[in-house]
Amino acid sequence: MPASVSTAALRVRGLRKAYKDVVAVNGIELEVHPGECFGLLGPNGAGKTTTIEICEGLTTPDEGDVEVLGLRWNSDPQTLRQRLGIQLQETQLTDKLTVEETVRLFRSFYKQGPTPERLIALVQLEEKRNARVVSLSGGQKQRLALACALVGDPDLLFLDEPTTGLDPQARRQLWDLIAEFKSAGRTIVLTTHYMEEAERLCDRVAIMDYGKVIALGSPLALIASLGVNHLVEFSSGQAEPAADLDALQAIDGIRQATAENGYARIEASELHRVLPALLEELRRQGVPLTELRTHSATLEDVFVSLTGRHLRDD
Amino acid sequence: MTDHSLVQLTLVRIREFIREPEAVFWAIFFPILLTAGLGIAFRSQPADVLQVATTSPAIAEALRQDPGLHVSELDPSPAAEQLRTGKVVLLAVPGPNGGVEYRFDDTNPEGRTARILADRAVQRAAGRVDPVAAQDNLVREPGSRYIDFLVPGLVGLGIMSNAIWGLGFSIVDSRRRKLTKRLVATPMSRAYYLLSFVIWRMIVLVVEVGVPVGFGALAFGVPVRGRLIDLIIICVIGSLTFNALALLIASRARTIEAVSGLMNLTQVPMWILSGVFFSSQRFPDSVQPLIKLLPLTAIIDALRAHMLQGATLLKLAPELGTLVGWFTVCFVLALKLFRWR
Repeated sequence: MPASVSTAALRVRGLRKAYKDVVAVNGIELEVHPGECFGLLGPNGAGKTTTIEICEGLTTPDEGDVEVLGLRWNSDPQTLRQRLGIQLQETQLTDKLTVEETVRLFRSFYKQGPTPERLIALVQLEEKRNARVVSLSGGQKQRLALACALVGDPDLLFLDEPTTGLDPQARRQLWDLIAEFKSAGRTIVLTTHYMEEAERLCDRVAIMDYGKVIALGSPLALIASLGVNHLVEFSSGQAEPAADLDALQAIDGIRQATAENGYARIEASELHRVLPALLEELRRQGVPLTELRTHSATLEDVFVSLTGRHLRDD
Repeated sequence: MTDHSLVQLTLVRIREFIREPEAVFWAIFFPILLTAGLGIAFRSQPADVLQVATTSPAIAEALRQDPGLHVSELDPSPAAEQLRTGKVVLLAVPGPNGGVEYRFDDTNPEGRTARILADRAVQRAAGRVDPVAAQDNLVREPGSRYIDFLVPGLVGLGIMSNAIWGLGFSIVDSRRRKLTKRLVATPMSRAYYLLSFVIWRMIVLVVEVGVPVGFGALAFGVPVRGRLIDLIIICVIGSLTFNALALLIASRARTIEAVSGLMNLTQVPMWILSGVFFSSQRFPDSVQPLIKLLPLTAIIDALRAHMLQGATLLKLAPELGTLVGWFTVCFVLALKLFRWR
């Protein structure tokens, strides 16, 4: 193997793609190591799908260089297609085919890979083997799509929003499956706008917003970079929190106090000391509390602290 | 063998088709219903018996000698009433000097025929002898009836509409579901993908052509005078042409609505102009060259000449040439324009 061939599973440099007047991807640099699960996390419209579809060879970039498994799309497209496993967002497989017929069809495109029976067992659809696709639940359809991504025993697996639209139970089931492939040493690149998904599955995460990577690192490192472990949010039931935020910020252990959508949001390091002092201060200001909640810092908070917005607007 | 991707892709097409009961209905039963319905409506009827009336028993007696007339003997006023309302086409009343007077509408062909028959019967009863002996030899030959004209038209129409609806619809549906995009992300051969549609259409073609031709032959005795192999070649070339046209129509559309509009736009002029149900000769001479260029006209003309006159492929070269021309242009354009994602 020549020395110039990179050892990265995926390397993206200076990627740019514009649709008409919208810049979907604006100068992205990424490197995914073999055997890792890499997440592209960001709100809808951040450019995640465009980025992943360029890597999958479905979209040509305006600018930039993409190297997948040491190969490039313009010189080795067929080799790459044989070695990649792909799940697209919102593919509707043929309703009238059964699970087994669908897997058999996809398997027929690849030179090597597991038998259809093994793939169906792998995604736990044995009982639905002869069921038509139309009769499957959302979670079962996603697992079938995953089986179709795995038919060629891929070296690199691209999953675009694998659990979007699923109920929590189906989502957890899919997470377990993806975690299994990860522990089997597969390289996975996935996009998601669920921070729990990224935290749970990904070794490293690139947080995207408006076509750019705004933070990159392991979920733990990104959360640690906030410098706080806890968040406190409260509401007084009015549109604007009545509390004097400057006075709150003066409390020892409170790093920052901000207001958004009628909620006050407080970043704190030591919850057990901050909370009594906060409640005392609110009593002194005469602020009525209709809601008070605390949680440990998450990737969502990283996104909020970087952009001032939430990942999802619901 | 069955694991070959072309086999798998073709199986998908066939499974999709047979698991859609409506599609099977349109491809198989609809042509039968249409052929049967139109065949019965336009069947060759026995010569009509004409209704005539008279006020005189003697004239009635004379008229009854002709089997082509049904005679009612009536009083003058109801007889006039029946003539006026069209229940009888001719009223014969005694005229001056032992003569006879015929009342009828000379703009009505049935009235004129009744006049000839009635007068012949009256004259013969009065003793007229024909100077020349005449004999009737009735000819009702298959090949010249409306049903014989209709069946080749329906076969051509079936090949066109099944190819355009079947192929166009499933290509656009697959694109709309982003399934085409998912498939081109795999190492699947795009040529095999398109070829699977063609193989599926060729398999369905056996039914599409076999059913109306077979039904026409069994139920109405519609002839197939040319060689069977020639019929197969005409149908295969025709089907390929309309498949290519369907591919072109469906090459860019992203929605079923968009492609349906394009399909109708393409097909409706041919339904009207290409002589499916009536001869395209009825259109003015100035548009005849244009009509001849339409692919549906070409295949229907070829089928009629083959089935009814037993024409050979050599004689059908102009029609087949037109089809091949359409195929080439549509196929090349479709491949250039085809949207894979």
